[in-house]
Amino acid sequence: MSTSVGLPTRHALGLAVIDTNLKRVAFSVLAVLIVIFPFVGSPFLIDLVNQVLLASIAAIALMLLTGFAGQISLGHAGFLATGAFTVGILANEFGSTFWVTLPIAALAGATLGLIFGLPSLRLRSLYLGISTLGLHFVVIYIGNEYQARRGLNTGLAVDPPSIGGLVLTGGRTWYVVFMFATIATVLFSLNLLRTRTGRAWKAVKDREVVAEALGINVVHAKLSAFIVSSIITTLAGALFAYFRNFVSIDAFDLYLGIQYVAMVIIGGMGSILGAILGAAFVVLFPYAIEFGANFLPTRFASQIFALNYSAFGLVMMLFLLFEPQGLVGIWRRVQNYFRLWPFKRLPRGRL
Amino acid sequence: MALQLLVNILVLASIYALLGSGYVLIYRVSRLFNLAHGELMMFGAYLLLTTGSMFHHDPLVAVPLALVLSLALGILVYFGLMRWMTGENALAAMLMTIALGIFLRGIVVLFWSASQQYPGSQLGWGNPPIALPGGARISSASLALIVTAVVVFIALYLFLRLTAYGIRMRAAGQNALLAAQRGIGLHGMFALAWAISTLTGGAVGMLLSLDSGVDNTMAIIGLKAFPAVLVGGLDSLLGVILGALIVAAAEVTIIQYVNPLLSDVVPFFLLLAVLAVRPWGLLGSREQLDRV
Repeated sequence: MSTSVGLPTRHALGLAVIDTNLKRVAFSVLAVLIVIFPFVGSPFLIDLVNQVLLASIAAIALMLLTGFAGQISLGHAGFLATGAFTVGILANEFGSTFWVTLPIAALAGATLGLIFGLPSLRLRSLYLGISTLGLHFVVIYIGNEYQARRGLNTGLAVDPPSIGGLVLTGGRTWYVVFMFATIATVLFSLNLLRTRTGRAWKAVKDREVVAEALGINVVHAKLSAFIVSSIITTLAGALFAYFRNFVSIDAFDLYLGIQYVAMVIIGGMGSILGAILGAAFVVLFPYAIEFGANFLPTRFASQIFALNYSAFGLVMMLFLLFEPQGLVGIWRRVQNYFRLWPFKRLPRGRL
Repeated sequence: MALQLLVNILVLASIYALLGSGYVLIYRVSRLFNLAHGELMMFGAYLLLTTGSMFHHDPLVAVPLALVLSLALGILVYFGLMRWMTGENALAAMLMTIALGIFLRGIVVLFWSASQQYPGSQLGWGNPPIALPGGARISSASLALIVTAVVVFIALYLFLRLTAYGIRMRAAGQNALLAAQRGIGLHGMFALAWAISTLTGGAVGMLLSLDSGVDNTMAIIGLKAFPAVLVGGLDSLLGVILGALIVAAAEVTIIQYVNPLLSDVVPFFLLLAVLAVRPWGLLGSREQLDRV
């Protein structure tokens, strides 16, 4: 079996997601951990992992859009809000079940993705970011307006869904749901990136004009990136509504959208693993701050919320300044150190 | 009634135009969206709070000192942070300003607490309302905002047209490489743009806080000024005035006659409309780089 340094020697090897023995061992260990965890983890730990998994799904969606297709979006919270509100409204007004709300949420996501994507045909880079910012405020306004009209100023309650008699409630049940959803999202994304669509995205990201000259339909590529990303995110939003049993538009402010951008940055652009690492980092960060605040003077410790804000801003700045490749960049450096040991870099004459 | 509406529009337009001038200066010089501008504005108000408590009932010392401090803050932000982003890709630089904004929002609460505070009472200034002919009323701080806007725009025009530094700054904005080759210190020019932008932003924050106090939600006004800039054209100071008037007029009339909930979205509706039809804004120059 070849190591991952160098070219694969067989076609099947080149296609394989898990191509080395080491990876095989690592993934087996991971699989065992995933199965064991709900039986040994405390309810608090399980809830943390659930939050990380849910954030990972939406972060992977943003990674597909920004890290692979190169389209900036500051309006990711708007997508999440759409998913959550589709579920909230359908469940409250029509008493719809899980199997009705999810497809409709996906449909709403596709429509919204198309709307968010349209400016990308005319605008690039920062201007696109600003237009998604504008759309974010429009979505939030619509949610606010709905809450005000229906007299639901605090928010909408959502009953836990039931699948064939099994009611989805409690951390362990949701752990299973989220784990399946996350694994499905990861496999779907990894696969999609290898197909024609995924490769077209990467080409458009690297250089749009060249991509067009190569015969790639840029309009199609950009819109499909927005739509795919939006569908995954609205589905995550829908799951969020069922998970928390409560939806309020206040939860989906601009800061949430920025947090998702931060996940992509902190995790490392252009890597699915990066999206997951970034999501874990950003979700666990407030808990770490809360823990760390115990050691600070009470004057600061009493303002956990503000402490959180400033520390988060600081961490984001530090990553942008010193580690633009994000957590994945650090991970790769560590990996390469061991892979190449005792050499510092690849010996000459090898790929 | 109609006159009062007009006064309200003028006040809001002055706020947007003053903040917009800050966005324009930085964009013209370094092609960067400074999304921390609202937070820097808010910081100006908090600086006035501090100088106000140091020099009680002495606005003639406290206000200039706060202005100088916010000028220094702009320079500090450039040399401490943004200078390392010079030449980085545009997204990273924009995200850096967002991160700075989040950081500042947390910092002001940590140092000045989250409650609403009034620097006006410390300075011993009551902000008396002024009756205008025709039955309209305007607070002194709002009148000061309009006057400041007029003064700042005339000063900026003269500065950019006539002074050596202004001309150098325009050169740096037009072609940074060429300007550097001709011996213009780019870092100095960028820092100057940040300093002026933070100064005008800080002045807006101070005047707003004299009117209605300051807390950490004030920064959202900075974000709402952004559409005004894009409507007018990101690289045109004249466009900013026009854009600010349009956005302010739309916002005030819609709050008055349609639905107050719309106030936060109206600027962004206009922004989307302009981006769809004329992305370079009403008076901005058409660029090939970022827009297709």
